Amino acid sequence: MTMFSRAAVFTPARPEEILRQVNPWFILLTFLLGLLANIAPANGVVLALRPDFLALVILYWCIQEPRYVGVGVAWTLGLVMDVADATVFGQHALAYAALAYSAEYFRRRVLRFPLWQQAPQVAVLLFLCAALILLVRFVGGAPIPRWTYFVPPLVGALLWPLLSVLLQWPQRPARGPGDR
Amino acid sequence: MSHIPSQPPPFFHRGPSPLARFAFFGLLSIALMFADTRFRYLEGIRQVTAVALYPLQRAVQMPGEAISWLGDYFASKRALAEENAALKADLVAHSLSSQEFSRLRDENASLRALLEIEKRYPGSATAVEVLYTGRDPFTQKVFVNRGSDAGIRAGEAVIDDAGVVGQVTRVFPAMAEVTLVTDKDHAVPVRIERSGVRSVFFGAGAGRPPELRFMAPTADIRPGDRLVTSGIDGTYPPGLAVARVEAVDRDSGQVFARITVRPLAGADRSTHLLVLGQGAALPPRPEEAAEGDAAKKSGRGKGRRGG
Repeated sequence: MTMFSRAAVFTPARPEEILRQVNPWFILLTFLLGLLANIAPANGVVLALRPDFLALVILYWCIQEPRYVGVGVAWTLGLVMDVADATVFGQHALAYAALAYSAEYFRRRVLRFPLWQQAPQVAVLLFLCAALILLVRFVGGAPIPRWTYFVPPLVGALLWPLLSVLLQWPQRPARGPGDR
Repeated sequence: MSHIPSQPPPFFHRGPSPLARFAFFGLLSIALMFADTRFRYLEGIRQVTAVALYPLQRAVQMPGEAISWLGDYFASKRALAEENAALKADLVAHSLSSQEFSRLRDENASLRALLEIEKRYPGSATAVEVLYTGRDPFTQKVFVNRGSDAGIRAGEAVIDDAGVVGQVTRVFPAMAEVTLVTDKDHAVPVRIERSGVRSVFFGAGAGRPPELRFMAPTADIRPGDRLVTSGIDGTYPPGLAVARVEAVDRDSGQVFARITVRPLAGADRSTHLLVLGQGAALPPRPEEAAEGDAAKKSGRGKGRRGG
């Protein structure tokens, strides 16, 4: 069983490298950091550019570790985000659950590409997430947002390669003298 | 890609399929949204989660606060002296009006006593600081650093040094959510200071100028007029500056004039705000029609029995 799960996670950059088992506490820590990045005070340009870091982290773990992070975890984190943002209960939860589901559906396809080619595919998933939130807000009677509403998902996709490298760093095997 | 199965083989069974789980959680989210918007059942859960989130929010602000503290510490003497001079000039400029104010307040009090009008302005106020602005691009909200611990209640008016900023809409133990006047459909009853015409100020959302709706094309409103709160809603005390009229478009083909205004207070800039306590002198509101006829009838019945 462990052999199978290890064989499933290849680094996109170097397919011959086998990653170590991820520590669930590390996943939890990254969720916490993503949440912190989302609620950090920001104004003006930074606020307009800031992507949804929590959605990015959820997407990464849904693609890399579907055994730990799936629709349920994403949904729960969405509820936390709803409180932090003071939005309607269930808005982010629905969007994150949809994100987790689509990630689970596409993960084998996404993992076959190098990181920089994964970014456009991630952009599509993040746009989907943003569009779902927009739909919920339209039903609630929100006005049409400006075009800048769709900038943060794009920024998120650009950050994807960097984030992937950072998040898989602890799982990289130690490069000792025993390595071939 | 059809040769890559998107599902694990059935002998690695891991509970319900992702689609089933997504359907379950999706429906649950929709039910939650409905319960939250229609019935407000979930405020308790929101309060508990907000308390749990509060340490995180404080932790995130610490680096910024530390940097600004360091910046203050190393601020040049010259800059401080300049600021001091500007503040002193400001103080002198305001001293006349503040001296006038105490005289007018006494005069007003005696006049009100003569007319037997009750006092409307309790005068209690809490100074607060903006913690962070809401991330939601559809609403205009800020979060401030005092909540029910400082006696802030939902519905209280929030002002800054230039005028009305918004209204407290949700109160947490150490934090409160303030909806800004520029939020879509946020209404403030106002009065034109020059002519005394009453109107209602409506926010229009981010990036759009607020407007005065339902004003006849013949109404006595000119560009440059100052709008102050009329105080007839019982939420905003009367006489607070709200906005200045930018443009008045009187199209004779339309039923109403199109009047756009610009808020005076720095709703999107100010970091130090004042929450005004609510006046207790207003008579209770008449019951809403939406409460249902049964409630109204029973209320009336009680009244009759009492009398």
